[in-house]
Amino acid sequence: MKEVFVQKLISLAERDPRIVVITGDLGFGMFEPFQQRCPKQFLNAGVAEQNMVGLATGMALDGRVVFTYSIGNFGVLRCLEQIRNDAAYHDANVKVVTMGGGFSYGALGISHHATEDISVMRSMPGVVTLVPGDNWEAGEATEAVVKHSGTTYLRLDKTVADTTPEAGEHFEIGRARQVRAGSDITIIATGGILSCAVKAADSLRRFGVQCRVLSMHTIKPLDTAAIVQAAQETGGILTLEEHTVEGGLGGAVAEALLDRGIHPRVFQRMGLRAGFSSIVGSQDYLRRHYGLDETAVEAAVRDLLGRRS
Amino acid sequence: MTTEALALRIRKDVLMMANLGGSSHIGSAFSIADILAVLYGKTLHTDPANPQLADRDRFILSKGHAGAAVYAALAEVGFFPVEKLKTHYQNGSDLSGHVSHKGIPGVELSTGSLGHGLSVATGMAYSAKLAGRTHKVFALLSDGECDEGSNWEAALFAAHHQLDNLVAIIDYNKLQSLTTIAATLGLEPFAQKWESFGWQTREIPGHDHGVLADAFASVPATPGKPSVFIAHTTKGKGVSFMENQVLWHYRAPKGAEYEAALKELEQA
Repeated sequence: MKEVFVQKLISLAERDPRIVVITGDLGFGMFEPFQQRCPKQFLNAGVAEQNMVGLATGMALDGRVVFTYSIGNFGVLRCLEQIRNDAAYHDANVKVVTMGGGFSYGALGISHHATEDISVMRSMPGVVTLVPGDNWEAGEATEAVVKHSGTTYLRLDKTVADTTPEAGEHFEIGRARQVRAGSDITIIATGGILSCAVKAADSLRRFGVQCRVLSMHTIKPLDTAAIVQAAQETGGILTLEEHTVEGGLGGAVAEALLDRGIHPRVFQRMGLRAGFSSIVGSQDYLRRHYGLDETAVEAAVRDLLGRRS
Repeated sequence: MTTEALALRIRKDVLMMANLGGSSHIGSAFSIADILAVLYGKTLHTDPANPQLADRDRFILSKGHAGAAVYAALAEVGFFPVEKLKTHYQNGSDLSGHVSHKGIPGVELSTGSLGHGLSVATGMAYSAKLAGRTHKVFALLSDGECDEGSNWEAALFAAHHQLDNLVAIIDYNKLQSLTTIAATLGLEPFAQKWESFGWQTREIPGHDHGVLADAFASVPATPGKPSVFIAHTTKGKGVSFMENQVLWHYRAPKGAEYEAALKELEQA
């Protein structure tokens, strides 16, 4: 996903001199092509995330479109107040980007497990929150945040779903993307773990179960129409995120439905419930360990279908 | 209007605002009234009729709790009607206790949490350099605020990138929220800290208008270096019973206190 992000960023920055990228001293082996092509639009702020976001705001208030880049929590939690007070309150064109959603850096330990960022960022007034699930979405989201005026958050993942766009498909902030059609049940996923939703859906299809799969690449603003439609047209909703269940995608979907008086026949949030993970491992390993892999998703769908009838 | 007259107006406005709204931080606002008067009365290239003037100098109050003084300065030089100051701190007002830009012409940055302003000012200065523009960016910090590590991140960055269009002014009144700086987290040797970070550093008397004006006009004294002025000030300056008293970080003057303070300001 990060390769797509950088390539897209180069093509955008070459056309738009307002674009500047600031990294918090991360991105080895990643930003070199950007630095070569757009040297004046690249800046390493050092290991100083608070200052990085302050700088970004100052530059954005001077008319630039400024990306900040860091890993997982550093780019969000370490400088959260700067994102809130400086960038967001001023509607500044600060585009916060982090690499390492969920357990992307699972073996590195809890400092690198980005498992609360979605709930935190989606609570920030006006901050568009994007969590792409495949490479196409990552590229489109990068372009979309430049077009969007204001502060945004883009969460990149190490592993991605292998889904591709249909011919002529357009990416739109706030519009969920249906990657599998179906009416038995809907799986709504966000981020690279979309891959597990798709694999589970494809497996269930062989047993005659038709799962609709929505990639909720935008957490804020949320596509409530697609959620309501899923609740009304399919037999239930399962949300899937590599993130705490508290206040993330699942919480957002539940809020959207109950606010409108819509009650899906069955509903379940899949995400992290066990607290901080002192266990480390690969992203795949930790998904399995915490019951978020395709096997677990498939089992959850079967269970929901059983409860429904 | 002389800068001295502007400083008096700022203090009287702030006193009125603190009295009407029952707001705190009057001591902090009085501490910087002379610095603001010199900046808005003399130093800063701004246009109240065109707050977004492209080549304007930028000013950021990082110690947002003294926002009343900035609102007063902006109103007195014509950014918005002085009458509006009476709404400060009141229900429904957009003149918040900590300085906010929304709906207030001339405020470049909303602050209130300490340790934010210098980084944003640094970004503005970096951006101006990148574009080859020559305006300056001023940030006014409190001394207690220098406890915040983010300032030192910005200090490293600004020196590394040779931002000689950036000016930090520190309101060194030696008092912070609960007691003295010395008893809380000592900053000394303060000037040496900034010098060692690569800043053009100068200590100045913070209530002497002539010295302040000359100092601000001297920037950059050393090309390639950001400037910091450590302004020795008196918290609560201008009203004897408020001077050097932590109490007036919080207390709003009412009744006889208000009358006595006003009298002192008018007689000065």
